[in-house]
Amino acid sequence: MSESPYEIVIGLEVHVQLATQTKLFCRCSTQYGAPPNTQTCPVCLAMPGSLPVMNRTAFQLGMKTACALNLQIPNFTKWDRKNYYYPDLPKGYQISQYDLPMSQDGFLLITDPKQQFEPRKVRIIRAHLEEDAGKSMHDEAAGKADSRIDLNRTGTPLLEIVSEPDMRSPLEAKAYLTELKLILEYLGVSDCNMQEGSLRVDANVNLHLQTPEGKVATPIVEIKNMNSFRAVERAIAYEAQRQYEIWLETKQKIGDVPKQTRGWDDQAQITRGQRHKEESSDYRYFPEPDLAPVTTTDEEIAAVKAQLGELPRQIRDRLEEQYKIPAYDADVIVNQGQTTVNYYETLAKLSGDGKLASNWVQQEVLRVLKERSLEIDAFPISTERLAELVKAVAGKEIDGTRAKDVFAEMLDSGKSASEVMKEMGIEKVDDSELENLCRELLEANPKVLADLKEGTHKAVGALIGQAKKKNPNIDPGTFRQMCIDMSAKM
Amino acid sequence: MSLIHASAAQLLTQLESGEITSVELTKACLAQIDAADKQVGAFLKVMRDSALEQAESVDARRKKGEKLGRLAGVPVAIKDLLCTQGETTTCASKMLENFVPPYDATVIAKLKAADAVLIGKTNMDEFAMGGSTENSALGVTRNPWDLKCVPGGSSGGAAACLAASMAPLSIGTDTGGSIRQPASFCGVVGLKPTYGVVSRFGLIAFASSLDQIGPMARTAEDAAILLEAIAGYDPHDSTSANVKTPAYSQSVKQPLKGLRLGVVKEHFGEGLDSEVEQATREAIHVYKSLGATVSDVSLPHSKYGIAVYYIIAPSEASSNLARFDGAHYGHRTDEAAMLEQLAQERAALEAAGDEAGLAKLDTSLVRMYRQSRAEGFGPEVKRRIMLGTYTLSAGYYDAYYLKALKVRRLIRQDYDAAFKNVDLVIGPTAPTPSFAAGTKTDDPLSMYLGDLYTVTANLAGIGGISIPCGFSKSGLPIGLQLQGPPLAEERLLQAAHMFQTATDWHERRPELS
Ligand SMILES: [Zn+2]
Repeated sequence: MSESPYEIVIGLEVHVQLATQTKLFCRCSTQYGAPPNTQTCPVCLAMPGSLPVMNRTAFQLGMKTACALNLQIPNFTKWDRKNYYYPDLPKGYQISQYDLPMSQDGFLLITDPKQQFEPRKVRIIRAHLEEDAGKSMHDEAAGKADSRIDLNRTGTPLLEIVSEPDMRSPLEAKAYLTELKLILEYLGVSDCNMQEGSLRVDANVNLHLQTPEGKVATPIVEIKNMNSFRAVERAIAYEAQRQYEIWLETKQKIGDVPKQTRGWDDQAQITRGQRHKEESSDYRYFPEPDLAPVTTTDEEIAAVKAQLGELPRQIRDRLEEQYKIPAYDADVIVNQGQTTVNYYETLAKLSGDGKLASNWVQQEVLRVLKERSLEIDAFPISTERLAELVKAVAGKEIDGTRAKDVFAEMLDSGKSASEVMKEMGIEKVDDSELENLCRELLEANPKVLADLKEGTHKAVGALIGQAKKKNPNIDPGTFRQMCIDMSAKM
Repeated sequence: MSLIHASAAQLLTQLESGEITSVELTKACLAQIDAADKQVGAFLKVMRDSALEQAESVDARRKKGEKLGRLAGVPVAIKDLLCTQGETTTCASKMLENFVPPYDATVIAKLKAADAVLIGKTNMDEFAMGGSTENSALGVTRNPWDLKCVPGGSSGGAAACLAASMAPLSIGTDTGGSIRQPASFCGVVGLKPTYGVVSRFGLIAFASSLDQIGPMARTAEDAAILLEAIAGYDPHDSTSANVKTPAYSQSVKQPLKGLRLGVVKEHFGEGLDSEVEQATREAIHVYKSLGATVSDVSLPHSKYGIAVYYIIAPSEASSNLARFDGAHYGHRTDEAAMLEQLAQERAALEAAGDEAGLAKLDTSLVRMYRQSRAEGFGPEVKRRIMLGTYTLSAGYYDAYYLKALKVRRLIRQDYDAAFKNVDLVIGPTAPTPSFAAGTKTDDPLSMYLGDLYTVTANLAGIGGISIPCGFSKSGLPIGLQLQGPPLAEERLLQAAHMFQTATDWHERRPELS
């Protein structure tokens, strides 16, 4: 790590939209993209007299996430009202959880296979449920200053996951978010679609500096409105440098000024100060009288834990162990998601070569998916067919270069590996034929033979091209070794 | 007995036997409304056409021999804070003067399912805040026993329409005594059920943890019939009690053998009108003569009831009423005028170079909120919003709201202890009979004291009933209150019915010219 005059201290607040069919307190759909205000009812419109009723599924998804993040789930949790005025908050309050959240005190382990940072245990303070607000659309076209409100989103279930300020670099923040997103996806508790707002990140950032007077912390800034992990990484990096420059200028320490809220401008690649709220943020929290508290038994919590399934970290370890692949390989595959892991595992088992299967998935399969913008479940070559090809490579029936040609043909034609190999005239060259070819070429090239005898093995390279011309099916590696061995006896 | 004075139970029998039709009955009620409501002002809206349509349809279906609901053909008046699909539901507020809910409150849906005839929406204190119905922004209601006097509140219209024989049944709501106190002032029966017995879905909330819908009628038996129709678990209200609804209308006539009554010592102290005390003590004698045993009980924390209530209720109200911001429905200020005004203020400040003034100037959104609320809410509502906002704010929460919650628990414990020894507690409903309109409007605190004996039931979440038990020398009704442990509505109604078999206070009617 390069020497920096400061240490960046980062805490993240992540809002996750839970993958329920209906909203948190009514039965309206949570489907994204419907025409404005078509997914509303008296409850989510805050019509006078309407009352909330909790969505059990949302609570279950929250429990699942909490278990995966090693959070403690208390047997009793309640709802609170967070009161504030905003045009897209129709009740004038948000139903959230304040002093008794549904889960607290957990952690998430982050590691970097590239080893750019030390493995770190990021503590999680709490994860609590709350409802989303609506969306304001400001239409300032044509000289008008109309504001329209879409309440389709109102009441969508969110899980807010708050970390301790345990991260020390933008890279760590990104790793935390990546691992968190992966877990949420493996659990199926959220689609984590950032473009659609299913996963939103706020970052609390400040600096620790060593000064002659001792360690100093700069005022905390909360960066809002980040819609990609890259934005989070860049915003934090930008903000750290900005805070450092301000500190050099003002020497302002934490506590000297109130916590500031800034927004990330992705176009300009800078953070911008947001206007301070007119009133102090006194949310006048109090227990929500319209909802009964939720009680959870130890048995229910145990049942959720039992049904969690394998989490990404466990899968990585297992893949390394079971298929003898390096940590880096396991990381790449697991980070692609469960379906890719399934594809890989089937391929590894069918082909009998975990490492080769891993290479093929990482290099060829993922490349094609990326080029064609496909998901793995839409990949045109089945595991059975690809396994046939991987097996052929493992059995040296075909060399890597030609195998890639076969792969390309399989992709386009939809034919099996053996069909394509047959068409291309690819077959395993038997040992006696290879020996004959080797002897023939060595005899015809006395200079090469002499070099080989002297131990200059690279000389054989000149023969491989000629051999391939005579028989395209020869395996260059096997041929090379045979020439070296034979030259010694000639 | 003429149709309009008859009890719902009698009317149901007559309707079932074909002696009368629902159209006749509904027309009789409408005629009485025409005759008397100009003076009384019980109704904000009379649903003449839909009521007659409903009556005709019930009659037609009865003729065909169809199975009808429990209240088939009987008119019921609705306090105007229960959402009624397609009908204005105003809460007696300018804020909701033109609000037409797109859905029915569960209670309304149940009344419709019971084939009741919804005859109109009754007046009330704005958003149910008040004890005299003088806080209505949309009309004046007077006590049918003395038109100079108030009907009580906030369900003043709901009580007055019964006393003036405009409807045999009506629906009220009770947050701190809003059913029982007007029932007492108007000489009718009002039951506040245990919290959760009747669904609050569609009840425009004042204080969610205290509000409860209840039946108002002229007899305990009628109240039982109406409660049976509106009670029950509702999946749309997660605070609704998931218990089977007893057959109140069946059990109400069973006398209670060995009834143990507890006289609340604290209800007979300072502030109790001597005529009310007299009537209450005589009522206790009536119970003794009916075989009840009477002992003293103490509710030591009841003296804090008013203080606790006026912290918790406004706190919840300040939050519940936040949705009335002019943005989504209800009253919105005249925006063009508002923007014009704002522009003028800005120009003046700019001309004066008043930077501080400019920085403090509202955004148009904030001004819209401010002005809509300033215009839409009346003074009592504003007072309570201010109070609630204050008691919930950081720095005061622990001293007020949290403390109030703790005392609320002690009040409940007092009741639990009392109900270990007695079946019901008994005492006056209100410290005084009704009072002349305008006499307390400038003194909110003296008005708040009218809830002295009733608020504790709301704070404890238990049920209470008020029944007529006498008259003052000036001819105003006096109410007797019985309170029971959670879910003891059957017992309350039985005890009330017992009293009514031995007395005739409930059969008296005011003379309206
Ligand atoms: Zn909805």
